[in-house]
Order: sequence, then C-alpha cells, then structure tokens
Amino acid sequence: MGKLYDELCKDYRFKEGLHTCINCGTCTAICPAAEFYKYDPRKILDTIQRKDEAEIEALLKSETIWYCGECMSCVTRCPRKNGAGLVIMALRNLSAKLGYFTCSEKGRQLYPLTKALNGNVLNLGYCVHAATFSYEDHPESGPVFEWVLNHKEDVYNRLGANYGQEGPGAMRKIPQEDLDELKAIYDETGGTERLETVEKYSLEKAKEMGMTPEEYLKYTFSHCSPGHFNNEEA
Amino acid sequence: MIYQGKQKIWSDYQKDIPDDHWFYVRSCIRQNFFPASETHFVKIVRDLLGKDLYETEHHTTCGGIAYHSDTIPQETAMTIVARQFSLMKEAGYKNLVTSCITSFGNYCEILETWREFPELETRIREHLWKACRREFDKPEYVCHASDVIFKLRGEIAEKAKFRLVDRATGEPLRVVEHIGCHYSKMFPHKGVGGAEYPCVLSGMVESWGGQVIDYPERRHCCGFGFRQYLVKANRGYSISNTHKKFESMEPYRPDLIITNCPGCPYFLDRWQYVIAEQTGKTYGKDGHGIPALTYEELAGLVLGYDPWDLGLQIHQVGPELLLDKMGVPYDPARKYLGLNEKDIMKPGLPTVLKCC
Repeated sequence: MGKLYDELCKDYRFKEGLHTCINCGTCTAICPAAEFYKYDPRKILDTIQRKDEAEIEALLKSETIWYCGECMSCVTRCPRKNGAGLVIMALRNLSAKLGYFTCSEKGRQLYPLTKALNGNVLNLGYCVHAATFSYEDHPESGPVFEWVLNHKEDVYNRLGANYGQEGPGAMRKIPQEDLDELKAIYDETGGTERLETVEKYSLEKAKEMGMTPEEYLKYTFSHCSPGHFNNEEA
Repeated sequence: MIYQGKQKIWSDYQKDIPDDHWFYVRSCIRQNFFPASETHFVKIVRDLLGKDLYETEHHTTCGGIAYHSDTIPQETAMTIVARQFSLMKEAGYKNLVTSCITSFGNYCEILETWREFPELETRIREHLWKACRREFDKPEYVCHASDVIFKLRGEIAEKAKFRLVDRATGEPLRVVEHIGCHYSKMFPHKGVGGAEYPCVLSGMVESWGGQVIDYPERRHCCGFGFRQYLVKANRGYSISNTHKKFESMEPYRPDLIITNCPGCPYFLDRWQYVIAEQTGKTYGKDGHGIPALTYEELAGLVLGYDPWDLGLQIHQVGPELLLDKMGVPYDPARKYLGLNEKDIMKPGLPTVLKCC
C-alpha cells in the first residue's frame, strides 16, 4: 500500500472531484448535511490538499466522512468545478478497503448497509425489496405500508405489478441466470472482495466490543450516540 | 442548427428528447413504493400514445443505491450498468429511458467518466466479457422517464379529462415541484432546464392547467441521503431536511407536490406522517397533509384513470381533498380492495394525520 494520498489519487471520483479548491466554503453553505451535522466539506478538502498522511488517516477513521448524503448539491455550486461529494465517495471507499471504517460509529454502519443492500442485489436483483423490508425497522413507512407488506401479492398485483412471477413487469422475479451474472460481476470487479473485507473487519470489531455478530448488526443499525448534530453536546 | 445570442445561452438549458423507440429500465424504489406509477408510464406511453417502449425481464437493479451507500466499488457499479447496455444492444435499441433518478445520475456519471477516462471504459468492457461473456454499445441517448412525459405533455393535455384546476372556483391548482438532486445537480446539461431552470415538472404542471408555486427551499434535497435514511440511527438527517422544506412551502398553501425522484415522493409523504405524529403539526387543510404525487400519478389523474388503479391509496397522505378539488370521481369502498376486488382489510389510521 502506497501513501494514502496516492491511493486517493487512483480513484476516478477523486480525480473528478478535487482540482484546485480555493476554500471559499460554497460547498458547506449549500450542503444539507452541514446544516444538521457537525460537518464541513470545505475543511475536508482543505485537509486533503495539505497531503499530510497523519491527517488523512485521521479523516479516514473519523465520523465526519460519513455525514454526507451524496446529494451532490456541492457539485452544482463549486466555482472551481470540484465535487466534495465525489471526494467523500473516494474517502469512504479507501476507509472501507483499509478497515478504518470500524473506528467510527457512523463508519461501522457500513456493515448493516453492506449486508442488506448487497444481499438484496445478489439474491433478488433489486437494491430494495418488500420481501426484506420490515415494518419493525421502518415504522416511518406508516400503517399504510404495514398493510401493503401484510398483503404484498394482492396489493402489488392489484396495481399492475408482476410480484414474484416470471416475465417483465414491476416486482418480477429476476431469473436465476441474471442473478448468476450479477454474482460473476461482483467476483470479477472486486465487489465480492469488498463484501468480505467489510465482514472481516466488522466481525473483528464486534468481538472487540464484546458483541455477537447479530448484536453488532442490530446495534450499528440502530444506535446513535449524542454529539453528531450541530445542536448537541458530545 | 447554429444558435446565437440569447438563443445560444438558452440552448444550454434545452434537451433534445427522442420521440420514440425506448428501452425501459425500472427503479428498485418505485417498484416497491409506487408500482402503479411504472404500470401507468407503460400504459400512457405505449398503450395510449402508441410509442415503442421495450422492457426485458432480464434487466436488474443498476446498483445505484448500493453504490451511493458506498458498499460496492465503482467498477462493480459500472459493470452492472454495462450489462444493462448489453441487454439494450441485444434488443436492438439505442435510447435508454430509466424510471429512477438515482439510476439516471448513475448512467450519466458512468458515461461522462468513460468519456474523460477511456481506459476505464476499456477495463469495464473486459470485466463484462470475463464475467458474462457480453459486449455492449453505449446508448445514443439516456433520459429519465419524466423527460418522456415532459416531451408528451402536450399530447396528454389534448386527451385530458380533468385539468389541474379547482372546479369550484375555476382557479388553477397551486403546485410545488421537486425535481430530485441527481436529475440535474451533477450534470446540469442532462436535465431539461439544467440545474438553474429545471422545468421538466413545471412544464407538465403548466400544460395541464396548474400554477407552479416557487418557495425558498424549492431546490433543497428531500432528505434521502442514502445511508442517512437506510440506517435507522441516521434518520434524524432525513426528517430534518424534509421538515425544512415543508416549513418553507407551508405559507404558500400548495394543493399538491409533484415529484421526480424515486425516493422523494416517499419521504415527502411519509415524513409528513411522522412530523404529524411527533409534533401534531400538519401542512395541509384541516389536519390533512399535502399529497406528494409522482408525475405518472398526476398524468394519470389528468387522463382520467381511476385513482385506486394509480395507487394513490398506498400513500400515507390521503388524496381525497385533491380529487374533490379536481372533480375526479372515486369510490371510497374500493380504495383498499386487493386483486380481483378481494377484501384484504384496511390499513390502520394514524393518530394525528387525517387520511380520508
């Protein structure tokens, strides 16, 4: 592994996202995350531009790189055509690759995200699917969606979908041959390796925190310590 | 055509949208939360207006949500998309229309990155060949499903059975629009009107008789934020952003919200329910919410489709006040029936938010 800055430079999002930042702070002014979280993309870009290895390592282990919502509002407004959101994606990618994500509470959330989303992609062919969407985890989906989940086939097919069946249409069953191709793509492009890396470092962290994998999964999905928001004390 | 002067300036904000022959790829979120919107996109474009719209059962997620939740490498996301392009080539199409804005942004990002770094496109071609023994052509045109409805808005207006007008007063309905961040914030030239003057939704509203209402936080994110909603511990971010938008639009008394994104109608609908339950505050008339509809749902109402066929019953904010205002007929007894009129009970009611 080379220097962290050199590693970042290999990421195409970093190449696209950081040209010459003049530190004007426009990205922070427009940022929905900065309004609520203790988050300042201007400072992150400033830190990276200093190319200080220790500072970049601290960033990769920090909470702050996980606050961005990747809305990319910053891309539109930057007067120098930078994209703080793209730089954040490169930082998160490197943090995941090196296992540094387990050093922060928000970084540790990569474990439940990785398991849920990629489980859906590889098993069902969807990023999100009603079959794995639980009302208990999503009470904000409201009583109407609890009803939908309790009557999936009736409601979806009433609305013209093709729930769980062969052939085209919404909510169709993706053929196994296509799921096999997705798995082959993950194997070929580093997706499978990424899933294994996140699993390995997460289980090590779970052990360090004295939790079973199941407890760790639930804890990282649900727990929010005070101190992340602008109006909170740490 | 050579543009000069102001014409040249405005040409940057316009978008040539092909008339016909589309390869359709669906949205993960919309299939789950607004399946009837996709059903009616196909009905309107293919069956009603006679356009060539093709869908293959073999297409999958584009991986966009997994990618923007930082759970897969960029090359994995790119190769999944390259596979979709391969399916389009097999089917003999060159125009790709995507139901999802995250996908639309993903496709645009990938094509722009390959344009700038051709060696990456070469590597992805190698990945796809090794993994799937597939080859692909890049699409000649990528657009979002709302671009197609925007293109067809005049034909829809000609066939309209209802207009976005208060039938009691004759006044146009007051509509706020939310175009979604990944539609044109990343690549402004890819969206109708760019990032500064996006008119993909306002163009529909005006064609169908409504009045578009501006408000201070019109361009603010709906609050999805990928990991900021998908992880339970982060949802304070999501609801805070949505709350900011509602507080900003409230004084302008909108009759409805029209949305572009897959997640936006969900968040603008469901967080109204949560805000009402948590604080007692509602943003519509007399304890109701403000209906947040997809553009297909709104087009469907204008064209006279049954509101329950359009799926308005699976929003948490009830649509009845809007339907009454437009004069759209509906049968309350059929609202929650299942397939083939089957009785599948009714959802529970919120404590605060009035739903019908």
